[in-house]
Amino acid sequence: MNTPKKTLVVIGNGMVGHHFLTSLVNSPIKETYHIVTFCEEPRAAYDRVHLSAFFSGQTADDLSLVEPGFFEQHGITLHIGDKAAQINREEQTVLSDKGVLIHYDTLVLATGSFPFVPPVPGHDRPECLVYRTIEDLEAIATVAQKSKVGVVVGGGLLGLEAAKALHDLGLKTHVVEFAPRLMAVQLDEAGGAMLRHKIEHLGVTVHTGKNTQLITDGEHCFNKMCFADGEELETDLILFSAGIRPRDDIARACGLEVGSRGGIVIDNQCKTSDANIYAIGECALWNGMIYGLVAPGYTMARTVVTDLASQPASFTGADMSTKLKLMGVDVASIGDAHAKSQGALTYTYQNGDLEVYKRIVVSADKKHLLGAVLVGDASGYSTLLQYCLNGIELPEHPDTLILPSRSDESGGLGPDALPLSAQICSCYDVSKGDICQAIEAGCSTVGDLKAGTKAGSGCGGCAALVKSVLNSELTKQGVTVNTDLCEHFAYTRQDLFTLIKVEKITTFDDLIEKHGHGLGCDICKPTVASILASNWNDFVLKPELAPLQDSNDAFLANIQKDGTYSVVPRIAGGEISPDMLITLGQVGKKYQLYTKITGGQRVDLFGARVEQLPLIWKDLIDAGFESGHAYGKSLRTVKSCVGSNWCRYGVDDSVGLAIELENRYKGLRSPHKIKFAVSGCTRECAEAQGKDVGIIATEHGWSLYVCGNGGMKPRHADLFATHLDKETLIKYIDRFLSFYIRTADRLQRTSVWMENMEGGLDYLKSVIIEDNLGLCEQLEEQMQHVVDTYQCEWKTTIEDESKLKRFKHFINSDQADDNIVFIEERGQLRPAETKDQKHFKLVEVA
Amino acid sequence: MSHWQTICEVDALQANSGVCALVEGQQVAVFYMPKSQSVFALHNYDPFAKANVLSRGIIGDLKGEPIVASPVYKQHFNLKTGCCLEDETVKIPAYSVRIDQSHVQINLDYD
Repeated sequence: MNTPKKTLVVIGNGMVGHHFLTSLVNSPIKETYHIVTFCEEPRAAYDRVHLSAFFSGQTADDLSLVEPGFFEQHGITLHIGDKAAQINREEQTVLSDKGVLIHYDTLVLATGSFPFVPPVPGHDRPECLVYRTIEDLEAIATVAQKSKVGVVVGGGLLGLEAAKALHDLGLKTHVVEFAPRLMAVQLDEAGGAMLRHKIEHLGVTVHTGKNTQLITDGEHCFNKMCFADGEELETDLILFSAGIRPRDDIARACGLEVGSRGGIVIDNQCKTSDANIYAIGECALWNGMIYGLVAPGYTMARTVVTDLASQPASFTGADMSTKLKLMGVDVASIGDAHAKSQGALTYTYQNGDLEVYKRIVVSADKKHLLGAVLVGDASGYSTLLQYCLNGIELPEHPDTLILPSRSDESGGLGPDALPLSAQICSCYDVSKGDICQAIEAGCSTVGDLKAGTKAGSGCGGCAALVKSVLNSELTKQGVTVNTDLCEHFAYTRQDLFTLIKVEKITTFDDLIEKHGHGLGCDICKPTVASILASNWNDFVLKPELAPLQDSNDAFLANIQKDGTYSVVPRIAGGEISPDMLITLGQVGKKYQLYTKITGGQRVDLFGARVEQLPLIWKDLIDAGFESGHAYGKSLRTVKSCVGSNWCRYGVDDSVGLAIELENRYKGLRSPHKIKFAVSGCTRECAEAQGKDVGIIATEHGWSLYVCGNGGMKPRHADLFATHLDKETLIKYIDRFLSFYIRTADRLQRTSVWMENMEGGLDYLKSVIIEDNLGLCEQLEEQMQHVVDTYQCEWKTTIEDESKLKRFKHFINSDQADDNIVFIEERGQLRPAETKDQKHFKLVEVA
Repeated sequence: MSHWQTICEVDALQANSGVCALVEGQQVAVFYMPKSQSVFALHNYDPFAKANVLSRGIIGDLKGEPIVASPVYKQHFNLKTGCCLEDETVKIPAYSVRIDQSHVQINLDYD
């Protein structure tokens, strides 16, 4: 028996509209609805919060919030590029610009907001733009190309974000603010002043208390802004970021109740004055408030889904606390930042040297935290926010929360002090209780928790807190988190790295005698071999090092299922001359090797017997090849597209850079394999964003991406730095790789390494770009040593008679292993199936 | 009846590692730990990989017992008994082996 489905129409596919759809399809009530959504923009929902990433090389696809196939999979009808124009509440229909007429049972308005442009004369001149959609950004990029100076009107959160974008586009940038300080909503006067000072230091000029009265023709620039105080400012581009206004026109036209200053009035269930119509996000007015942040919009979306399922749900306001990085400056504001509450006390800490400003607002009885402002150092944000949101009683002297601790003691709030209801992740509304439940169900790493609860996978601001809750819960469960490498060493890989480096240990025997016990095993031996190689870069088959090497390193080739090996010579950057290609063909033919092109733009030669390896390499080295280190946990390849030498779109010489990088880092041993790629333009044909280190050429220099990988769990790399010249690029990569090699666990790829790092990408940037650990010089030296001591391991091997001894199958016979049998397939050899093989009978015991 | 035969000299062995010898048509992996002057011998055939590769495995100890790890799928075998640590139904032949003067001698009889 089928009950006919009702129709649910969602107007607007922005961040909140889309969050509503994803929540809805995860709810059993989705079965009762046929779902239709209108999206005015030419593309479905994307991440407006990180819009400025568009200027640092991210594409519209990168910003998309829509999982591939989402609409099709859930049977949602999407009218893209079609604006819902009219609502007829009596007929319960929606009519679109393109003439689509749909009857609804339930309607959800998620129309969002539009940027407010003050109606000063000249505001509509061609170089006057706004900052809201990808189309806006494209317009900004176009105007910026012919501009030298840019002005952002509005010194709020979004305005400063926009200023960063203009600054990154290479414009001389000004911020013009009507209020007497920056971020007037969130910051107090002294906090605003500190922020101003820091931002001006970065090369952006700030003008506060400026009332723009006219925009007209400039003398040196396209435009001139005239202020009420008589001053003038010449500029080419003008970007308005002076706040948002709710888009309530469609609601207004059909007679829904709207606020006197705009906004569709909603109740606690997000229902409008019409019981069949909801409104969520920036278009909705709740209790006289418009919420211009994404998190409250998401909460409204979930409230509607719950209400549709006839479950009790209510939206009762949202915390507007924020923490963000504006032009590299940490800024945070919590609760009653302006100390407007009656009897509120304030405590302030100001450090002119480090440019840090912190203020907390405390209740009259000094028991509760009401608000806070942090500029320059927002590391205390999570702790303060928890105090504030959960009403946790303050310590006797509340100022200890903002005074720097001069001892090792951290002033932070232990995770045990938080109630189970405490919200840990505000992006996905994950409470401490949710996290504890996931841990009980078996999650034992931050990665597990991210996957299981989504905590920490939004803005990432709560990552440190998630980790401390995890550790505390695991300890309580009596789980001792054993990080020992293996039974022979009660140390982590990182500990061993430090011991080896500091004590200048060069052999496994020396290390296990001083710091371990027993004989070692197949876990610790290769790990130590790798650390020794990263530090001292000795020849890996030296007598005392050879027995430590893992299967492939031990024979400088890749062992295959039948005990034969494959051989991969280096083809740096994938560039190879016809003669070298011919040599590969000749060697393959001579030794009857199966040949295949690899994913890393080189050639793999399979089926070499152990005793053939030195002969094959003699031929290859004579022809000018060198080891490709395909056998090592080490740098594999630097893949490249053909780049500007040939490609009609190429911006820079990707092949040249790839070859230079591959030759710099070849032979470098690391906790896991490392792959690079270089693309010559943002079309990204080398797939650099799927690599540990990815580089993309732009007109303003190289963009560096880190910590991506393909394989079982693909991960998109993160943008690390932009506008780099080659020298800086190489410096950053040196530091990045050295830091990874020092601190990662065994067999941990860069992606997992970074995800488990407290502070994640931002922390990594602070270590590598800002050198906040004072480590950069050491990291560069560590790399330079490896670069200076490179040797082709195969060349060293075949030049030394004593090293060749191990490349024999039998010590007492020149016979070959008769268990290796090949058959022909598609004109080449491959290992025969087991049944074809002649081997000795297994002895099995029950 | 015990039947010892010399297969090579000590200096043909690889310290803290293995080599493979051909003895009466059989492949024997011989492992050598110079510090304790101990030698071990197992058949070279890895029953999981179905390949003659055990002499190329890393050796060491687990819970005090000497072991070799298969270079292909990393199962561990006890060097004294041939028992697989991960799967107790699997056991490979282990042989008596000794160093006499500088001669490495093996006895292929096993029971």
